[in-house]
Amino acid sequence: MELESYLDQELDPVLRVSLEEHLLKCKKCRLIVDTTKKTIEIYCNAEPAPLPQDTRNRLHQALAKRLRRAQS
Amino acid sequence: MSSPKVDPIRQHTLPSQVVKDDEPKLVAAAKAGEISAFEELVGRYERKIFRLTQNITQNKEDAEDAMQEAFLKAYEHLGEFEGNSRFYTWLVRIAVNQALMKLRKRRPNVVSLDEDVETGEESVPRDVQDWGPSPEQRFEQTEMSGILQSVITDLDPPFRIVFQLRDIEELSTEETAEALGLSVPAVKSRLLRARLKLRQKLDRYFRQGENQ
Repeated sequence: MELESYLDQELDPVLRVSLEEHLLKCKKCRLIVDTTKKTIEIYCNAEPAPLPQDTRNRLHQALAKRLRRAQS
Repeated sequence: MSSPKVDPIRQHTLPSQVVKDDEPKLVAAAKAGEISAFEELVGRYERKIFRLTQNITQNKEDAEDAMQEAFLKAYEHLGEFEGNSRFYTWLVRIAVNQALMKLRKRRPNVVSLDEDVETGEESVPRDVQDWGPSPEQRFEQTEMSGILQSVITDLDPPFRIVFQLRDIEELSTEETAEALGLSVPAVKSRLLRARLKLRQKLDRYFRQGENQ
């Protein structure tokens, strides 16, 4: 769970310093932390695909029907 | 003293960039009955909400229905939105509920999200390699999207959905816990498991790319 807190920048400062000291010495842990951060970053930055046109049409038709009802 | 080898943690936990500053104004206008303002909000978030409902339901038809129902519900209950959270967070919570209902209906035997699930201990991989600075750029965009999609689909729902809300939709740990009816420690342990599993699965693509 320390790793989890570290990744989310919520780790107690004392533990954080000792973890970072360990990361400087231990290449394996450093690579795991770096590639896990990269994993999060890649997913976070991934652009959602455009809606399929038929899906979008149905959504907007359903909304238009509901919004028209609200107006009348 | 400098520590050049430890990268600063990327600011993925900052408020979502998808939420633009004019959101409160748009929401206020929509609440006042301005239809175009609500349509603008829909247009802004429809892709993200559809990705969310797809990732939860794993079924296109259910995902589409859940997305539609989420926007319609949001419209109907707009008056109840008090602005204590971001509108987008509120919308995500509605969409999660709709998508979970579909998932449970279609797959009643699916592990309940609020049950204890075995998060287990991740074993440290024996051989860990660097991915390089931008491993994702070694792939065409559509190919990369396909990889990300197939890798996340492999995760069991309790892990996939927590990762989706926390790291893709950028909800806070507390918001994720509240949306899923989980405790904060349960969210954290599932999230760690999901992140490490995804890392492990992506490693196959990125270390291969490294050697190409």
